[in-house]
Amino acid sequence: MGKTITEKIFAAHLRDTPSAGNAILDIDVVMCHEITTPIAINDLTERGMDRVFNADRIKAVIDHVTPAKDSKTALQGKIIREWAHRHKIKDFFDIGANGVCHAIFPEKGFIRPGNTVIMGDSHTCTHGAFGAFSAGIGTTDLEVGILKGVCAFRTPETIKILLNGTLPEGVFAKDIILSIIKKLTVKGATDKIMEFSGPVVDEMSMAARMTMCNMAIEAGATCGVCLPDMVTADYLWPFIKDDYASRAEAAADFKKWHSDPDADYAGELTFEVSSLTPQVTYGYKPDEVKDIAEMSGTAVDQVYIGSCTNGRIEDLRVAASILKGRKIAAGVRGIVSPATPKTYSMALEEGLIETFMQAGFCVTNPTCGACLGMSNGVLAEGEVCASTTNRNFNGRMGKGGMVHLMSPLSAAAAAVKGVITDPRSL
Amino acid sequence: MKEFGGACVLLDRSDINTDEIIPAKYLTENSKLALKPYILEDLKLNGFNPQASLEGARVIITRQNFGCGSSREHAVWVLEVNNINVVIAESFARIFRQNTFNCGMLAIELPQEDIEAIFAIEAKELKVDLKGQEITALGNGEHRASFALNPFDQELVMAGGWLAYADQKY
Ligand code: SF4
Repeated sequence: MGKTITEKIFAAHLRDTPSAGNAILDIDVVMCHEITTPIAINDLTERGMDRVFNADRIKAVIDHVTPAKDSKTALQGKIIREWAHRHKIKDFFDIGANGVCHAIFPEKGFIRPGNTVIMGDSHTCTHGAFGAFSAGIGTTDLEVGILKGVCAFRTPETIKILLNGTLPEGVFAKDIILSIIKKLTVKGATDKIMEFSGPVVDEMSMAARMTMCNMAIEAGATCGVCLPDMVTADYLWPFIKDDYASRAEAAADFKKWHSDPDADYAGELTFEVSSLTPQVTYGYKPDEVKDIAEMSGTAVDQVYIGSCTNGRIEDLRVAASILKGRKIAAGVRGIVSPATPKTYSMALEEGLIETFMQAGFCVTNPTCGACLGMSNGVLAEGEVCASTTNRNFNGRMGKGGMVHLMSPLSAAAAAVKGVITDPRSL
Repeated sequence: MKEFGGACVLLDRSDINTDEIIPAKYLTENSKLALKPYILEDLKLNGFNPQASLEGARVIITRQNFGCGSSREHAVWVLEVNNINVVIAESFARIFRQNTFNCGMLAIELPQEDIEAIFAIEAKELKVDLKGQEITALGNGEHRASFALNPFDQELVMAGGWLAYADQKY
């Protein structure tokens, strides 16, 4: 019997099998941010275990609330900052160099095909886009990861998701993943891996693959994964050019991780994307998804473009394509948070920031900000936001607020019209 | 090892997410105890009032996919500091389930029929026999059900959590 990519990664990292179906894996990259790590640091310190298994394999960032908004968030920053310095964690990104974790870590080339990655953050599944096994974990797992470089997982089953057809104009990876979550529901992939393949994925940029893998958790999945190929090799080239003679050689080497043709899957779903239309969520769960046409006319108070789902340069370009020469509708607040400093400077160079500002958007520094309702655009009771983020839970962007998840193009269209709109009509 | 069982509270809904269990705005706290007053603050459920409904409770019983959403272990801690260390559901989100066992607490999955029966008798108290892997719910009648813990999860509960276990073994 052949193996899936995830089974191959598990086999290559297996440290122990405490009982059938449970695996203790060696972890290649342990990522940390200032919301879930300080409490781990404090606990380890109290237990007299303030150590790290390998400072080079720990990556840390302050991203969720930055600059600090109050004394408590300032303290969280201080704790992780001092810890990073104390343990000589050189890949630590503080203000001025920081960005949203799942955007900045890939950009730095930290994630490679075949890696195992953990972080105290549910959207860690994003990094599966590189052909890695990458999972969100809680603080105790993070503590053990920091201390020992291991993590326990149940042996995963994989759902194969085959994407056929050609994406129509105005429809994006975000629309695909929303339609998949609608079909699978918020628990349809619990304890499972979502493996994306097919001609549509082959054609996708790394940014689009990350958008899809990012939301795998919204269907309950442990990780989303794409098979690493030439697109992966191209993206990683600046970081791997000393390891391979050419990009083609790198891509060929990545093939060793590819799922075997006779691998065993827990399920297989095929999606035909050629007839897909822009999608949007309507309720408080990410599986409550409709065609945008059914929601058109819904008034919005705020439009948020950013996050680890859709705050990359590709997303800003798409949004700016609608905003160019247009203005935000009266009464609507537009906020754009480029996900990383690199994204920000590219957007500046390409004139996108100018476009956003001319349209009436507020451009913030790279941060999670409004995505989780902690800063930078929290909604008031009863307010509605068209957002490129990944979660629409009740209270997520502020108590009593309503978030409609959609693509950057659809969000930009909502900004211009002041109501949810099919972006293809603009 | 912790003691399990006691007064229970029934949350008649599926997909209760971590933002409902403990909203993100409280994630700036650096101690578990500070989370205590905010338990299930954003859960909207008929007749449910977090402070009053949870008074004295040691066990939560709910439907499917409890704890979906964020990876925040705060969702487990806020239960722990409110003296709740058993959650019984038809199913759990992976990270929440893992966090619960990592803290040496219990996330017990039961078939839908058992959950229905526990809701039907409006259970007030729940006994847990960890060795025999059986629960007894008491309300307007009694309902017994057996459960099967993953052997590794059981070891974590015995060890008092993953950190203690991993520190010994790896
Ligand atoms: S952008 Fe939002 S979803 Fe992504 S890591 Fe930050 S808070 Fe989490």
